[in-house]
Amino acid sequence: MTQKTLTIGSEQLSLLEKLSNAVGVSGDEGEIRKIIFAELESVADEIKVDALGNVLVTLLARTGKQPMRVMLDAHMDEVGFMIVADEGEGLYSFVTVGGGIDERQLPGKPVVVGREHLPGVIGAKPIHLTEHDELNSNIPLSGLRIDLGPGGAGKVKVGDYATFAAEFMQIGPSLRGKALDDRLGVATLIELVKHAPENVTLLVSFTVQEEIGGRGAKVAAFTFNPDLAIAVDSTPAFDLPREDGEENTVYNCCLGKGPAIYISDIGTISDPRLIRFLVQTAESHKIPYQFRQPGSGGTNAGSIHKSQAGIPSVSVSIPGRYAHTASLMSVTSDWQNTLLLLHAVLENLTPSILASDRD
Amino acid sequence: MKELIQKLVATASPSGYEGRVRDVIKAEVQPYATSIEVDALGNLIVTKGKKSTKGKRVMISAHMDEIGLIATHIDKKGFVRFTNMGFLYARNCMAAHVTFLNGSRGVVNGDALEDSSKLHSLDQLFIDVGATSREDCPVKVGDVGVFERPLIDLGKRVISKALDDRIGCVLMIETIKQIKESPNELLFVFTTQEEVATRGATTAAYRVDPDLGLAVDVTRTGDVPTGKMEVDLGNGPAIKVKDSGMIADPRIVRWMTDTALKNHIPYQMEVLEGGTTDARAIQMARAGVPSGCLSIPTRYIHSPAEMIDMDDVDNSLKLLVHLLGDTIEID
Repeated sequence: MTQKTLTIGSEQLSLLEKLSNAVGVSGDEGEIRKIIFAELESVADEIKVDALGNVLVTLLARTGKQPMRVMLDAHMDEVGFMIVADEGEGLYSFVTVGGGIDERQLPGKPVVVGREHLPGVIGAKPIHLTEHDELNSNIPLSGLRIDLGPGGAGKVKVGDYATFAAEFMQIGPSLRGKALDDRLGVATLIELVKHAPENVTLLVSFTVQEEIGGRGAKVAAFTFNPDLAIAVDSTPAFDLPREDGEENTVYNCCLGKGPAIYISDIGTISDPRLIRFLVQTAESHKIPYQFRQPGSGGTNAGSIHKSQAGIPSVSVSIPGRYAHTASLMSVTSDWQNTLLLLHAVLENLTPSILASDRD
Repeated sequence: MKELIQKLVATASPSGYEGRVRDVIKAEVQPYATSIEVDALGNLIVTKGKKSTKGKRVMISAHMDEIGLIATHIDKKGFVRFTNMGFLYARNCMAAHVTFLNGSRGVVNGDALEDSSKLHSLDQLFIDVGATSREDCPVKVGDVGVFERPLIDLGKRVISKALDDRIGCVLMIETIKQIKESPNELLFVFTTQEEVATRGATTAAYRVDPDLGLAVDVTRTGDVPTGKMEVDLGNGPAIKVKDSGMIADPRIVRWMTDTALKNHIPYQMEVLEGGTTDARAIQMARAGVPSGCLSIPTRYIHSPAEMIDMDDVDNSLKLLVHLLGDTIEID
């Protein structure tokens, strides 16, 4: 496959737009499943939905006698909210779904609620009526409501999901959307299935419930039991200057510096053989890359590598600012380079990479 | 045995990067093993003997990895910021000597704190490897390292880094060497990544699929000033009843205490309130495995200077050899 076919063009951007605007909070990923089926049903050798709702796509190698069986994973779910009580008058109390939504981000944010995508807002007390002391403290979740407006009574039920109402935008070289974590990964894997190298068997999992502990990937990895796995995700970039002018040492990764390769996070110590291979491939293909700073945070690799008798695993993420808020911001070039790197990696994979012991 | 302890603790192998100590162990056990394998996560699986009609398939586990650290950022003056691999106390890092697997060495120090009575947190610490700039720094982001400190031989007692769990590895090696005949098929697994949530044992136990499991690991003691645990250094191997990740199978506990009594080996019972071992991972593998743990009483765990008593080591070895060499009756 030439690089031209792997360019991020209008077709890819409009797919990403569709994916980012679709609603798929953890446990309710049906809309995303539908888009993936529409894109890949005619391409895949097998496509199925498992018991937890993962979409499992198999694309057999076209060449070679004993091709490597490579699992690629991206999660379908996004963080969001769930209605827990109907308080009448169109007001609903809610909880967050998915590890890590900063509650300070919520007041004043428009949301969409339920399968009908009803417009609502997480109401905030207007500044006019706010007492001086109130400005010094955060409003706890228990003090916030989703407001569907005075006509909204009884329109959604307890257990209905909600998410940020934030339309996808392309802003020059940048991309902004509510669910680029991890629809960027989903879009990347769709492209890779459509333009797969012929030498490997691709086992692609579009997984559910990553944001609540890598649950979908755990069972997907058990089903596939691949030779190796790569989790493709979005990782926070905090590449902003520090207020005090000192050097920023905790940026995690930076926009524009290419795919972020994981060495170690809270759930996985990446397979050193795969890290080396990714780096060598990036360098020989002159694709920019960066290391995600070792530390906390995690991906589905944490579930995958512990499956069965163990799966050599690594993660690659597209950097994004303001993760788990209404607006995640990435740049197209990082997406492009992630796609190129993964394609080159697949194309050049041979069993010799795993022939020696892990480290 | 001290020579072997010295050899193993001196080998730098943090979680996820256990290759060096694996090579040392492999060389030690090779002549005594029926077969040896290394799995996808780097576990070393040493099989000894075959299961007889009266025998069991037993997984015995000690972890190869030690607490370590990993570089997260090299600043423009060449100082290395780092984070933990496994549970690393920030208070034990200040002024510690560090060796990276790439050979670089350095010393830990910390940011100037406004309140000097406060302890540094991990992200306020850095490693000085003698560099003057990012460009001439021999350490790169992602390089891993461990504490560097020589073993001190006090005679009956020994102080060293990484006794957690190289002492368990030593005991398994010696057990492999001493057991000549056993009705049991013994799968000694030198595991990886125990310090980051028993990951190696999780996949190894799935692969080995044993009849029963036994971890060999260190445990805390309460015999230090203000200590509060009913395990003393020198009072014999500790037979684990419970820790925060596992309730040992009561049949395994009974098998262990009965064997100790029968062979006049001193022992003590262990209830550990914080922490767990590979036994948890083995117990939860597949459809479940009856599991327990033999613990070596150890002071100052997860510091660069842990202390054990050689009497406990000798008695642990005796107990292990009897446990695994004889017919196991736990039903």
